[in-house]
Amino acid sequence: MKVLVGIKRVIDYNVRVQINREGTDVVKEGVKMSINPFDEIAVEAALRIREAGQADEVIVATIGPGAAQQQLRTALAMGADRAILLETDREIQPLAAARALMKLVEKEQPGLVLLGKQAIDDDANQVGQMLAAQWDRPQATFISGLDLSDGKLKAVREVDAGLETVEVSLPAVLTVDLRLNEPRFVKMPDIMKAKRKPLETIAFDSIGIDMPPQLENLGYEAPPKRSGGVRVDSVEALVAALNDKGVL
Amino acid sequence: MSDRDVMQYDVAVVGGGPAGLACAIRLKNQKPDLSVCLLEKGSELGAHALSGAVMEPGPLDELWPGWRDNPPGICVPAGDDEFLFLSRKKAYRLPTPPQMNNHGNFIISLGSLVKNLGGVAETLGVDVFPGFSGAELLIDEERVIGVRCGDMGVQADGTPGPSHAPGVDIHASVTVLAEGCRGSLSKQAIRRFRLDADSMPQTYGLGFKELWRLPEGRSQPGLIQHTVGWPLDARTYGGSFVYHLDDDRVYIGFVIGLDYEDPVFSPFEAFQQFKHHPRMHALLEGGEILASGARTLVEGGLQALPRLEMPGAVLVGDAAGTLNVPKIKGIHMALDSGMIAADHIAEAGSGDGFDARWRGSGAAAELKKVRNVRPGFNRGLWLGLINAAWETVTAGRSPWTLKTRADHDSLRTVGDGTAARDENWLDKRDLPPRDRLASVYFANNAHEEDQPVHLRVADTSICATRCYEEFRNPCTRFCPAQVYEIVEDEAGRKLQINASNCVHCKACDIKDPYQIIDWVPPEGGSGPNYQNL
Repeated sequence: MKVLVGIKRVIDYNVRVQINREGTDVVKEGVKMSINPFDEIAVEAALRIREAGQADEVIVATIGPGAAQQQLRTALAMGADRAILLETDREIQPLAAARALMKLVEKEQPGLVLLGKQAIDDDANQVGQMLAAQWDRPQATFISGLDLSDGKLKAVREVDAGLETVEVSLPAVLTVDLRLNEPRFVKMPDIMKAKRKPLETIAFDSIGIDMPPQLENLGYEAPPKRSGGVRVDSVEALVAALNDKGVL
Repeated sequence: MSDRDVMQYDVAVVGGGPAGLACAIRLKNQKPDLSVCLLEKGSELGAHALSGAVMEPGPLDELWPGWRDNPPGICVPAGDDEFLFLSRKKAYRLPTPPQMNNHGNFIISLGSLVKNLGGVAETLGVDVFPGFSGAELLIDEERVIGVRCGDMGVQADGTPGPSHAPGVDIHASVTVLAEGCRGSLSKQAIRRFRLDADSMPQTYGLGFKELWRLPEGRSQPGLIQHTVGWPLDARTYGGSFVYHLDDDRVYIGFVIGLDYEDPVFSPFEAFQQFKHHPRMHALLEGGEILASGARTLVEGGLQALPRLEMPGAVLVGDAAGTLNVPKIKGIHMALDSGMIAADHIAEAGSGDGFDARWRGSGAAAELKKVRNVRPGFNRGLWLGLINAAWETVTAGRSPWTLKTRADHDSLRTVGDGTAARDENWLDKRDLPPRDRLASVYFANNAHEEDQPVHLRVADTSICATRCYEEFRNPCTRFCPAQVYEIVEDEAGRKLQINASNCVHCKACDIKDPYQIIDWVPPEGGSGPNYQNL
């Protein structure tokens, strides 16, 4: 069985995101970029499935600029077998991304597709669900547990009420949540090996997904600045202060 | 030996700053067949690089003639220079010292430059490993044979965690230590091979830097301002820099000699106070802070420079201490020393003889000329300026060489006369960051919490007793990231180390008066993630 993992190149989670002066976008120039952390967990999950002997090959794919090769190489260094870059400098929105992944699904015929539950840049949380619909296959989203045996897959989902266990038949789409696993550290010799693993680049414009953006970004602004807190000396002062604010 | 993987290279470079990258790039240019790797403890190249920075372009032109077509993300040609003396309320223009004339230089982001250099190195076939620290020198029969990388995934109690990955042993014919100021392996090497036996004590400064975006039209791109004076007293060496960038941005920073004497002095507060000088406040007010960081720098000059070689390894850049203090520039010197080391290794096949070669170079001559400028300030600002003028006019031909003194010995004890200072100034403060923790936030700092403390204090009982009485725990003030705190409970006073705040500046390792703090690298990839600094 092949496992296809979709990853996204995003601004590193440690970076303080800044909005450009015009308010038209966030600043990406000179900023550290990484694999979306949820996608890294998806890569780890795929590797563990392969290491347990339940898959033969882990393919990692992304849609993005040429520089996204860096993130694919990181996934290869973690242990993925090969990588595919759908190269474009345009911003690709969720529906287009799902359609593009569908093309890869048709091409690679994976038994399982793993994705992060959402990317930490736009927090859209749509691609996995859209892909499952287009593929017309089962999906398990927000999973924090995974058990694969006899072609049946049990997944534990994190839902509002607690944990829900679902069984899906393969092939299927899974989107992973934070607690599924802790991704491994990349080892130096594996970084060297990753340089020689196959990385296929396909022009995004060549795969026949020609659709106008569904969403329009109207603008970006920072959350309003919080004013500093006030320290009061007594309960009376607190009550008075709350009265002043009209809270009581 | 152990279950560690071993990787074999001709040359292993530790540190992805200008010196290390220059060495790696030049080696590959000279001898493409050499296998070269480069370790960087930051999560990516440039993540831990912090410098003013006004750069003399000469050595970079030599190393990478194409750099002007691929400039760093921040790169503004130097314009006018201004040298100011500040009193509490006013600013007086002083003649600009000739070393500080910056015509032809560039204001750059060093982090951004080294990122670009990393790309060059990788294209040439250097194996660049960001996120891996050099934890230990591998020594065999008094010869450095390589570097052991730090383990990943060790838990706070020192035991291996579920994802533990032992660090690789890198074996190399030559190891190039390019860790920058007060490198942890360089420190081991200097001690082990007594490289400083014939040199004076190394001295240091602590530099702070912030990147601001100002209201439109206030920045004058290219303008370079330096100040001395307020809020420092004349006995404390230091001053500020304000570099005006494009896009309404400025770099503003402050450097303080770590030989300051007053135990209750707080370098961070001095910097913040400086920002509230009427002249600076008017510049920054209404602006927005984008980034901040801190790093120590080497100030000892030629007389404090250790031997640059030992069997199997060499020291380059500020790991050795090649910064030119009067020019307040180290990047061109670091690049230059990295290139000289590369030329030497390519020709000789080893580092043997590199020390003599560097000392015969133009860079050494440049440092010789200015060797007396910084120690002249040991007698205060005014005598220091007069001495600097003399040394400049005579081009360093004085028959004497002034002595340096170790920074950790310079503190007076508490009560031995501490400078009066404005205790109420905190109330007047209105420019961000509001304190050191807020400042760390602008450094994009990240450490895995579940790992051993990387600030190793040999004897914490001293903290509660002797140090409190003698110096009131200066670590709680000199650390720019508030790593050190003294907490009091029923059991008494004790030291608390907030290791995950650390911005890897190394000030504690240097200034701690008992020399019991040992800074060792935390898990690779930890620390600040400086952007555009």
